[in-house]
Amino acid sequence: MSLIRLQNISRRYKMGAEIVHALRGVSLEIARGEYVAIMGPSGSGKSTLMNLLGCLDTPTEGSYELNGAFVSETDDNDLAEIRNREIGFVFQTFNLLPRADALRNVELPLVYAGIPAQERRKIALDALTQVGLADRVHHKPNELSGGQRQRVAVARALVNSPAILLADEPTGNLDSKTGNEIMALFEELSRKGNTIIVVTHEEDIAMRARRIIRLRDGLIASDQLVQHPTNPAVHEPALRDT
Amino acid sequence: MNPLSEIHEGLGISFDAVRANKLRSTLATLGIVIGIVTVTLMGSAIHGLNQAFIKSISALGVDVFYIQRNSWFQDYDSWMTNRKRRPIRLKEAEQLSQKLSMAAAIAPDIWDDETVKYKTRSAPLVNIVGTTEEFLETSGAGIAEGRFLTAADGEGSQPVCVIGSDVVSNLFRGDPPLGARIKVANQSFEVVGVLQKQGSLLGWNMDNRVIIPIRELLADIWNRPSIDEIDVKAADTTRLDEEREELRQTMRHIRHLRPDEPDDFAINQQDQILTLFHNATRTIAIVGLFVTSLALFVGGIGIMNIMFVSVVERTREIGVRKALGAKNRSIMLQFLVEAAFICLLGGIIGLAIAWAATLAVSKWMFPTSMSGPIAFMALLVSLMTGVVAGFVPAWRAAKMDPVEALRNE
Repeated sequence: MSLIRLQNISRRYKMGAEIVHALRGVSLEIARGEYVAIMGPSGSGKSTLMNLLGCLDTPTEGSYELNGAFVSETDDNDLAEIRNREIGFVFQTFNLLPRADALRNVELPLVYAGIPAQERRKIALDALTQVGLADRVHHKPNELSGGQRQRVAVARALVNSPAILLADEPTGNLDSKTGNEIMALFEELSRKGNTIIVVTHEEDIAMRARRIIRLRDGLIASDQLVQHPTNPAVHEPALRDT
Repeated sequence: MNPLSEIHEGLGISFDAVRANKLRSTLATLGIVIGIVTVTLMGSAIHGLNQAFIKSISALGVDVFYIQRNSWFQDYDSWMTNRKRRPIRLKEAEQLSQKLSMAAAIAPDIWDDETVKYKTRSAPLVNIVGTTEEFLETSGAGIAEGRFLTAADGEGSQPVCVIGSDVVSNLFRGDPPLGARIKVANQSFEVVGVLQKQGSLLGWNMDNRVIIPIRELLADIWNRPSIDEIDVKAADTTRLDEEREELRQTMRHIRHLRPDEPDDFAINQQDQILTLFHNATRTIAIVGLFVTSLALFVGGIGIMNIMFVSVVERTREIGVRKALGAKNRSIMLQFLVEAAFICLLGGIIGLAIAWAATLAVSKWMFPTSMSGPIAFMALLVSLMTGVVAGFVPAWRAAKMDPVEALRNE
């Protein structure tokens, strides 16, 4: 059974007097444990697709089934709950809360899940340890390097054990070395069974996934499996065993 | 997520936000501070005024009826008709004491100002009161030295008097007053007692007076046919209405009024003054609180403004929180709690300033006090101002589209 099933999804926006067709009937299935890259030039609809997959937005037409639930038919509040439970976001600009320390940032999804403070703290500490930041828990974002910030963001994305890890240009704001480290972290997470979807316009980032979906003008242009993923993570252990 | 932990979360966030924008938060709070200071001071001033007034009329016992020709408060027309009323007579006081069952004490009363002399010294405009021994009970006065008038004094064998403390200090200047003789309208009186200091009644000095047996005054000095009032102290303060009615009927009987004739006398009570005063202060309070609450209103607008700024500034944060699973309700509550927190902070600061000001005013100007209920109300009002002022900005934050919010730079 598929984790994600999109059927004939379209999404239109009104921009002034003009109607923009961002997606024009996309059908797509992603199984549990897959590592998928979504590619496409700007204007291809990949951001819209990511917003829909992340339950930040709902389609104008078509149905979206995530983990057995029909997302396309739910309201704001239920969407918030689904995001909290099923989706872990990693953003290009990290999007950490600047005034909160790393631990507090990672705790945030647990706060909205209604988990009591003590338990929250323990789970968040575990997540930070997993991404190798056990010694940085009380640092604020501006006291951390770019790579460390993105690790905090990954820890935050994973802390609720979501069904999907959804990353939007996760290396876009990082130099290539730290970018590689983050990608190695993703490969490790993928091997541990997490479902990962990366939205990117960089070919070499996409090549690390197992499957590449290319969009053009709001439609799927190609959907291919990657035969030989480059730089297997085995050589660069990014996850420290705890 | 339950509301309590949401409020707790909101408090943490707003505490951080206030700390991060100290100057801005202080300025935003200023309007609330000023509003709370003015409203609280106004409330305290009215409270103090009431207390002071009640104290100033405390010489009028709550349980004493004052029978007079005219009511204390009457309009011009009734004053014109009441002019034809019969004067109050001493004989009526005597009849009342025979017939009334409810009276603890009955004292006829007459007064006027005279010059009082002692040796070579004289004091003008001393209040001369003619009454009987029961005046001690109806007036609530106390004896500091010597004794009060007695029934025997009333028979008029010995001309005696009891004097107030201001008369002692004005005329005697250290001489022992007891046993001395003073002259009122060229009649000589022996001082047999000195009254305790009583203060003033509605600005009228109660200590500058000489009390003389009423017969003496009526017959020998003023030669008047009538008296000013009869003071009747009720025996049972829990049954004032019934006692007042008995008094009225007895007076009508004494005066042989037919059932269809209206009363041709008035029974005055302390609560008439209180009612009038409370009506006046209520008007002052309503107008005053309205004007001062305008300051609070302006403060509230300031908070609303700063909350709009805060929401716009934190658009991205709102987007992130929503992406991580915050419901509209949580976002709304976060900003409401923040607005309420800032206002409550302003309320506490304002209350502290108002408290200090109240102390200063009561030390150097007139007695005021800040009561617990006023302080509580001030905090409640500032909290409510925050909730009301924060509502629209919080609503706007809650309704934000997460996609748009995340795109915001």
